[in-house]
Amino acid sequence: MTVSDNARPLDQPVLECRNLSISYYTRAGEVPAVVDFNLTVMPGEAVGIVGESGCGKSTVALAIMQYMGKNGAITGGQILFNGRDMTTMSEEELRNIRGSRIAMVYQEPMASLNPSMRIKDQLMEVPMVHEGSTSEAAWKRSIEMLDAVRVPDPERIMNSYPHQLSGGQQQRVVIAMALLSNPQLLLLDEPTTALDVTVEAGVVELIKDISKRFGTSMIYISHNLGLILETCHKIAVMYSGQAVEFGSVSQVFDHMRHPYTRGLFNSIPLPGTDRHARPLVPIRGQLPLPYERPPGCTFGPRCDHFVAGRCNRPPIPMEAVIDDPGHAVRCVRYREIDWSVKPTGAIEQQAITFGEPVLEVRNMKKYYEIRDSSLAGMLSGKGSRFVKANEKLDFDAREAETVAIVGESGCGKSTFAKVLMGLEESTGGEVLLHGKEIGHLPVRKRSPQLIGSLQIVFQNPFETLNPSHSVGSQIARVLKKYGVAQSRSEVQEKVFQLLDLVKLPRAFAFRKPRQLSGGQKQRIGIARAFGGDAAVVVADEPVSALDVSVQAAVTGLLTDIQRQKRTTLIFISHDLSVVRYLADRVVVMYLGRIMEQGTTEQIFSPPYHPYTEALLSAVPIADTAVRKKHIVLKGELPSPMNPPSGCPFQTRCPRKIGAICETELPPVKELAPGHKILCHLPDDVLRAMEPVIAMGNSKERAA
Amino acid sequence: MSELTTSPTAGTAAQPRRAGRLSRIVSSISLLRESPVGMIGAFLVLFWVTLAVLAPVLPLFDPLAQSPGFLLKPILTPAKAGGTHWLGTDELGRDVLSRLIWGSRLVLVWATLATTVAYAVGMIMGVVGGYRGGWWDEIISFFGNVLLSFPLMVLYIVIISRFGPASEFGQYLSRDLGFDPVLTAGVIIIVAVTFGTAPQVARIVRGLVLDLKTRDYIAAAEVRGETPWYIMLVELLPNARGPLIVDACLRLGYVTITIALLGYLSLGLPPPFPDWGKMISGAQKFGSFGMNAMLWPAFAISSLVLGLNLLADGIREISLRD
Repeated sequence: MTVSDNARPLDQPVLECRNLSISYYTRAGEVPAVVDFNLTVMPGEAVGIVGESGCGKSTVALAIMQYMGKNGAITGGQILFNGRDMTTMSEEELRNIRGSRIAMVYQEPMASLNPSMRIKDQLMEVPMVHEGSTSEAAWKRSIEMLDAVRVPDPERIMNSYPHQLSGGQQQRVVIAMALLSNPQLLLLDEPTTALDVTVEAGVVELIKDISKRFGTSMIYISHNLGLILETCHKIAVMYSGQAVEFGSVSQVFDHMRHPYTRGLFNSIPLPGTDRHARPLVPIRGQLPLPYERPPGCTFGPRCDHFVAGRCNRPPIPMEAVIDDPGHAVRCVRYREIDWSVKPTGAIEQQAITFGEPVLEVRNMKKYYEIRDSSLAGMLSGKGSRFVKANEKLDFDAREAETVAIVGESGCGKSTFAKVLMGLEESTGGEVLLHGKEIGHLPVRKRSPQLIGSLQIVFQNPFETLNPSHSVGSQIARVLKKYGVAQSRSEVQEKVFQLLDLVKLPRAFAFRKPRQLSGGQKQRIGIARAFGGDAAVVVADEPVSALDVSVQAAVTGLLTDIQRQKRTTLIFISHDLSVVRYLADRVVVMYLGRIMEQGTTEQIFSPPYHPYTEALLSAVPIADTAVRKKHIVLKGELPSPMNPPSGCPFQTRCPRKIGAICETELPPVKELAPGHKILCHLPDDVLRAMEPVIAMGNSKERAA
Repeated sequence: MSELTTSPTAGTAAQPRRAGRLSRIVSSISLLRESPVGMIGAFLVLFWVTLAVLAPVLPLFDPLAQSPGFLLKPILTPAKAGGTHWLGTDELGRDVLSRLIWGSRLVLVWATLATTVAYAVGMIMGVVGGYRGGWWDEIISFFGNVLLSFPLMVLYIVIISRFGPASEFGQYLSRDLGFDPVLTAGVIIIVAVTFGTAPQVARIVRGLVLDLKTRDYIAAAEVRGETPWYIMLVELLPNARGPLIVDACLRLGYVTITIALLGYLSLGLPPPFPDWGKMISGAQKFGSFGMNAMLWPAFAISSLVLGLNLLADGIREISLRD
């Protein structure tokens, strides 16, 4: 690739937002989405914008593209692209810039690609339209670019339709398409959120490389601080429509000067946190609605350092931090706050002691039959095949224990939850609850008491409650169904008690789900799960759809209730940082099999299964002191319909030792009591592994 | 939302109560003010509903009273017995205004009843097909497609001429079993409209349910062992109501047309009841002399149907806005 012909002076910013304000016009009137936003992006620089949902980070990106829809408008300030104000440009000029000088990559790759066009048509269109290239030249450029984004076999990909590619490949194609026009600025809006962790690691590595190879400036929008640390030079932290802190990654990560930034870091599970000894500190209160923002500092009502008369008196401008050039913060009291003091609010708790095994899974299998109704299938007599969603699952969960099941999509963790809940019947083996077999007992044949003692918290808070019924009536239904309470007043009282349990006001019983925030909905989901005195609660990614500050509160709540009721928690997740924080024991699954299991301590330190090792290395950690081993898996997740022979992980394993991996299923090795690994590697190799995550120098925040 | 009477701080021993249902309904109806089109529609519909409700107390002539020799008079003709025939008289000398207003009663009642029954049947078909899937869905969809493959009017004519009041079956009902002929005619219209409309409603509901049933709250209901009927009626159908309210308004308009058309073809309610469609066909025989008596019911039909269509547009417009 050659750098574009346009001279790009290195001292002039590519993009500058000056005092930018953006509003949306809705039924409730004008809603300011972004207020007084400043940002400078220099050539070749990657700037991260981080913030929780509704903070205005995506609005900034759309404003830069000048693509806000009918009801949005820039109400003040300028957006300078190469020194020219985009807000005054004509539609014609904007069209020339969009897609060629500024390109954007969205969260959902499938939504960015046209499903009815071949990849080649979509890629070649870019140079042909923007530069008037011939189709031969466009073909050549496209192939080169696919190669540059490390898509295997570019020629085959070019002739494919989007649905024939995996999610990771699709996102790489989208990035290639964005880079084809050789843009000066690339906007990435949560580009890896829809991808699996190990696939995400590969895409992140690619993004990191872009500015180096192509000299492209980037704006990376994410809610994940770890990803920003891995990809960006500078970072802007946004809260409620304003940037509250701006600086280089090391300035913001190691010497943060805004209470919100610190609150954010205190609520994410970094290595070293522990749910008993060093619990996370959620930010109290809630994000204010855009039309209910408090005067002065918008973070004021949630801030521990709030001083009436100063913090609530507008305007609160962005100030440069003294003795730290390039670092700016929107806080009038940043000089007075003692930043070395440990945050208050974290209450140390005794570790939970476990009881007898409550749930025992013995050699559990779940196969799905796929009928081949094609003529060839009928002629060959092989009318049906089996998808082995769960194969030989074998583990225990004790009273008051949290067992995490970890794995990427298609690993069979949700199938296991379905069997447990009675939505599916197991094909073989046993699932014992208090010694009684339930794997073959569909939910219709279960007694109300059994159903009540085995409950689930769903992943998506926005779907877990029926929007047509009040919150109270949905909890009441559960109580009546399990026979916990019968009379009207008794049910009412129990509903109020459950709301108390999840720390929500009793008046919420009469609200409709749409009047609740995501975190509040998830609390109702938890209240419902604990309505029938559950012995085992399956939590299917209960916090993955929530904002980080809310995640901390919900995990804290789950731990509290577990401590109080001594419930066994089966925690299903793909997020190893949350698992490390919350789980006592971990089961790592890949393509329907358990690859490794052991205590959290055993899983997160060597010896590892090679898959666990890759998973650990793929998890972005928002801590500059952490040194990670760099392992990026090649290839994509195989389809569970067509699993590899031998060891399921052999197609992607960086430690594959030879033919034996392809032909024979590895034995289960017990390396320490309870620590089981399914791998062909000799014991001495496994034991000689180095830790993936290592803590570096201590720094200010750790003090 | 200001629907709560208690503040969220009432957390301790206070027992919160919920706001009245009436105030919530009023507040959601008042949203219609934001759509001018919807307001016009609502005005037209309310106009006819009000007239229909007030018919017995309005100072009207007897809609069935004939006045021999006083036929097909133009508007504002003074009546023989005093008073004025505001909209003239029809081919039997009956007061057009009076028949129009009493006729609105008839059409509104039977159209609403027919639409409601068709909707109930269609929603059950759709929700069972969509939620149960498999053979249930195959059979219900097949049955619906067969019905929809008939031209609707032919279907109606076949059903009514075979089972209506004039048929052998209808005669048997009214003469031998003593059923009221008007009721028989109304019920057979409802049955005919249901056959024609329910499969269309079922299609819409099925599509909505196929999407809704993948939500976690349905899984939550299944996991707590709810019966399929509970899930379909309590968990699924209420969430499909948004698009269905709009569709029901439109559908009510179509059924109004259908009933008028059946009346026009003398397949509707038996004479001498003032049916709008029958009023048109009655006056039509007299060509340009019947123009006045024919135009008013035609205008009544179009204004009511237009009102329902505009109301549906308005509701849709509001529901799409945020």
